[in-house]
Amino acid sequence: MIKTDILIIGAGPTGLFTVFEAGLLKLKCHLIDALPQAGGQCSEIYPKKPIYDIPAFPEILAGDLVDNLMKQIAPFQPGFTLGERAETIEKLDDGTFIVTTSKGTKHHAPIVAIAGGLGSFEPRKPPIPKIANYEDKGVEYIIRDPELYRNKRVIISGGGDSALDWSIFLADVAESVVLIHRRNEFRGALDSVEKVQELKDIGKIELITPAEVIEIIGKEKVQAVTIKRGEDEFDRACDHFIPLFGLAPKLGPIADWGLEIEKNAIKVDNSLDYMTNIPGIYAIGDVNTYPGKLKLILCGFHEATLMCQSAFQRIYPEKRYVMKYTTVGGVEGFDGTKKEAPKAVIKSIT
Amino acid sequence: MTIKGHAQIISMTDIKITIIDREGVAHAIDAPTDMNMNLMEIVRSYELAPEGTIGICGGMAMCASCQCYVESDHQLPEVTDDEDAMLAEAFNVKDNSRLGCQIQMRPEMDGLIVELAPEA
Repeated sequence: MIKTDILIIGAGPTGLFTVFEAGLLKLKCHLIDALPQAGGQCSEIYPKKPIYDIPAFPEILAGDLVDNLMKQIAPFQPGFTLGERAETIEKLDDGTFIVTTSKGTKHHAPIVAIAGGLGSFEPRKPPIPKIANYEDKGVEYIIRDPELYRNKRVIISGGGDSALDWSIFLADVAESVVLIHRRNEFRGALDSVEKVQELKDIGKIELITPAEVIEIIGKEKVQAVTIKRGEDEFDRACDHFIPLFGLAPKLGPIADWGLEIEKNAIKVDNSLDYMTNIPGIYAIGDVNTYPGKLKLILCGFHEATLMCQSAFQRIYPEKRYVMKYTTVGGVEGFDGTKKEAPKAVIKSIT
Repeated sequence: MTIKGHAQIISMTDIKITIIDREGVAHAIDAPTDMNMNLMEIVRSYELAPEGTIGICGGMAMCASCQCYVESDHQLPEVTDDEDAMLAEAFNVKDNSRLGCQIQMRPEMDGLIVELAPEA
């Protein structure tokens, strides 16, 4: 069981900055994220794109923003449970919470801060009839264990990096690899495109383009797929069909936690502290909604800051505290480091 | 003199366009051409698709949640490589598919008719 003061669901910019603000109040944080790395959309969707509305940064790449946040929060030694989706929440009699992830990791905290952005990133599923019936029966949207495909006939569809990279990898593992894409062009990294070309030339990958899978055939499990290329339709036998069309965020299990949801977002009290309808659970950043809400990183930072003050009062109702400026109070890390403004040196002239 | 209903100031730079929502309902709306807005943002501003189901990537041609079918015969900005690549990965794509976020509102688009693609 992982124990912490504030359990943050979502390791995007808002979640990460929460660690800093909580740290100033001596509160420890632990973050859960479905993605294997911190940074949320900034890392997953647009790390190389510039952001122009972070105060005092005329321009910063999304990836650099995340790197800076990680540096800023490092003294507060946050814990991370990455690559696991927060699945269920249980409120104990003492008002604290246990959050369990998709892999069964349990986290215990008096405060839960949902900073889940637009939700957890999940594979985009192509609208092929009855595809859901074949999930884990030959249809996989994520490759978890490449050994599953050893000496099997694999069909991959998609045109991005993951489709290319897995085609290359599985070319040495599977009995056969067929890559299907709706276009002749692939948008993946140039190296990957060239490598697939090379493997195609030596017959290790078969390319079927421009084409798409329109049907899955099989009784208990996938036995073949129907492929449409132009006006032609034909079946191709296979053991596995792996559609790799990237990830899209879905609110997911959080939607079933008894929180008030409006417009695909969690309603909060914005006049006070961004608490949800369940005391002890806050929602901050893009995941929340209130009158006038703007989904901006800078708004998420503000919400995180106010939320931490409220969380402190919930955890320590008897303690008095006033907000301190970092320029005055410095930053005392949990790792023993202390940053503070240099003291003025007063010297008399004799 | 009394003015009933919602008084609306129509700017000279507004155009009339028709957006058919995901339920098949057509909405004739005024779209400004002087606010640096794209079609996805117009749809959001009129709440013609639920928040969280459109413009998920914010308008970077990286999610296809604003895919629409262009039903009128308008000259639209050319498809960029980014948009083309995203459409190659999107679902329910037709010959007249475009990403709403890549279509900036311009005066010459007056009368434009688009239908929102299903949520994917």
